[in-house]
Amino acid sequence: MTATTFTARRAPAAGRPVFAAGLAVLALALLVVLFPALFATHDPDATDFARTFQPPGADHFFGTDQLGRDVFSRVVYGARVSLTIALGATAIGVLGGMLLGLLSAVGGRIVDGVLMRCVDVLLAFPELILALLVVAVIGGGAVNIAVAIGTAAIPAYARVVRGQAGTVILSEYVEAARVLGVRRSVYLARHVVPNVAGPVVVLASIGGGTAIVTAAGLSLLGLGPPQPTAEWGAMLAEGKDLLGTAWWIAVFPGMTVALVVVAFTLVGRNLQVRSLR
Amino acid sequence: MRPGLGRHILLRLLSGVFVLWGAATLCFLTVSLRGDTVGAILGPGQPPTPELRRQIIAEYGLDDPWLVQYGRRLRELLTGDLGWSYQRDQPVARLLADQIGPTLQLAVAAALLSVLLAVAATLLTAGRGRLVRAAVSGLELLAVSLPNFWVGTVLLALFSFTFPIFPAVGAPGPAGLVLPAFALALPAAGVLAQVMRQELETAETRPFAVSVLARGAGLFHLRARHTLRHAALPVVTLSGWVLGSLAGGAVLIENIFARPGLGRLLASAAASRDLPVVTAIVLLSAAAFVVINLVVDLLYPLIDPRLRAEAAR
Repeated sequence: MTATTFTARRAPAAGRPVFAAGLAVLALALLVVLFPALFATHDPDATDFARTFQPPGADHFFGTDQLGRDVFSRVVYGARVSLTIALGATAIGVLGGMLLGLLSAVGGRIVDGVLMRCVDVLLAFPELILALLVVAVIGGGAVNIAVAIGTAAIPAYARVVRGQAGTVILSEYVEAARVLGVRRSVYLARHVVPNVAGPVVVLASIGGGTAIVTAAGLSLLGLGPPQPTAEWGAMLAEGKDLLGTAWWIAVFPGMTVALVVVAFTLVGRNLQVRSLR
Repeated sequence: MRPGLGRHILLRLLSGVFVLWGAATLCFLTVSLRGDTVGAILGPGQPPTPELRRQIIAEYGLDDPWLVQYGRRLRELLTGDLGWSYQRDQPVARLLADQIGPTLQLAVAAALLSVLLAVAATLLTAGRGRLVRAAVSGLELLAVSLPNFWVGTVLLALFSFTFPIFPAVGAPGPAGLVLPAFALALPAAGVLAQVMRQELETAETRPFAVSVLARGAGLFHLRARHTLRHAALPVVTLSGWVLGSLAGGAVLIENIFARPGLGRLLASAAASRDLPVVTAIVLLSAAAFVVINLVVDLLYPLIDPRLRAEAAR
């Protein structure tokens, strides 16, 4: 771009209250994952055939489903399953991406070229489709979809780590360490990894939100933990055929996914803006 | 014609071919990784008799060295032979041909809708006061991050069941396309609107925009004739990304709305671990991505006269 600009306008950064709200939602989600019994009003798996399809009200905040189970309590207990899958997937994505990215950054031209071309190929697929390919190979279930989502996310993380590590390795302090005779594994661990970690954490806070959506999506397709596990995507799948009679069975679990994802995105974007300052 | 254009096109073509080859190789490897191909072909049920096992191994050439199998697979792909579905006992190519229509309809409708929404949002909000901008960037954030399958569910609950304006699930025809296309278009529209608005605002601070206004032209003229073209550039650049968003989203949207299509086929094939079908759809999505990016690359000089001017110099 050669043209001059009269005023360089900055993208408006969401303010502090929004950031705080995002963090508050995530903190609440963490509490729910750790202590679901504090929040649940009913046994999530208790069926009550006298009280099926109760609309949301004081007794049942989110209503009851076709088996008379309390949707709110199932959403509460579902948090653990859904968020653990997403956390596991993000961990796999970050660790795998770190490993590949660092290997690519230090491995010399041939290793770098081969790995990054592989990453190029993998980035040609939407993550959900890549995750479905992995599921087709290893099968469904909670652990397997975490592996699938994590694997599908590796290329994006690897790309960022490679770029970041590439600049860090050329920096003067790493050069100095190398000249002083510090071993490669040591300066990688002491200098490169901590300096790469920042952008990766930012990316992971947005990626964590994506992982929650993808996990819920895969469960929605019936590939997640088996019935009758309370899991947000699976609950939505059950409820979507009952929308005409009881919209709340599908809408509330989905709303919870949406809330957590928006919180992740808000926090992630704020971290991004902060790290650029 | 740019002097380097031929070389440029050749390089882009080669890199596209490389990505496709990589994707085909990945798909070949996954079939091997899956292991127990005979079991996969026969599906769950009784373990095969040694007789049957031998027959299948011979028929599919499973005891050939893997390099031979790999070569055969690539040759088959080049001739358009996508393989045979394990579970449906049909050629994969025919399965895809049967299902691609509804998905294309949905994707094209969603792509048009996302551009339309993004342009509308941009025109209504660019250069406005702080309050409007804050509200709109909030909406854009929601559009980008809300799970499309939940948006689809809410739309269905509202507009098919509570207020029966649009037909419920599985409806053919244009009326049945509105809700799924909207749910699918929303995330892409959010991203496009963000980028377009920024680009439009930047363009309108440039000298050429100021001089257009100084000649007495109105904002409408400025945008219609000049700055919207600038704002359209990132949309073109993002086409590949939009395609990916639509392809991934279609899997879930088709499921929520019980529409037939490739996404539904992919989901059920992944569930039954029908790898020939899964890998064929994966390859198809990679091919679409490569083609779109190639087209964008070739179109770019046509859309952006600055690139042509640069080449002429």
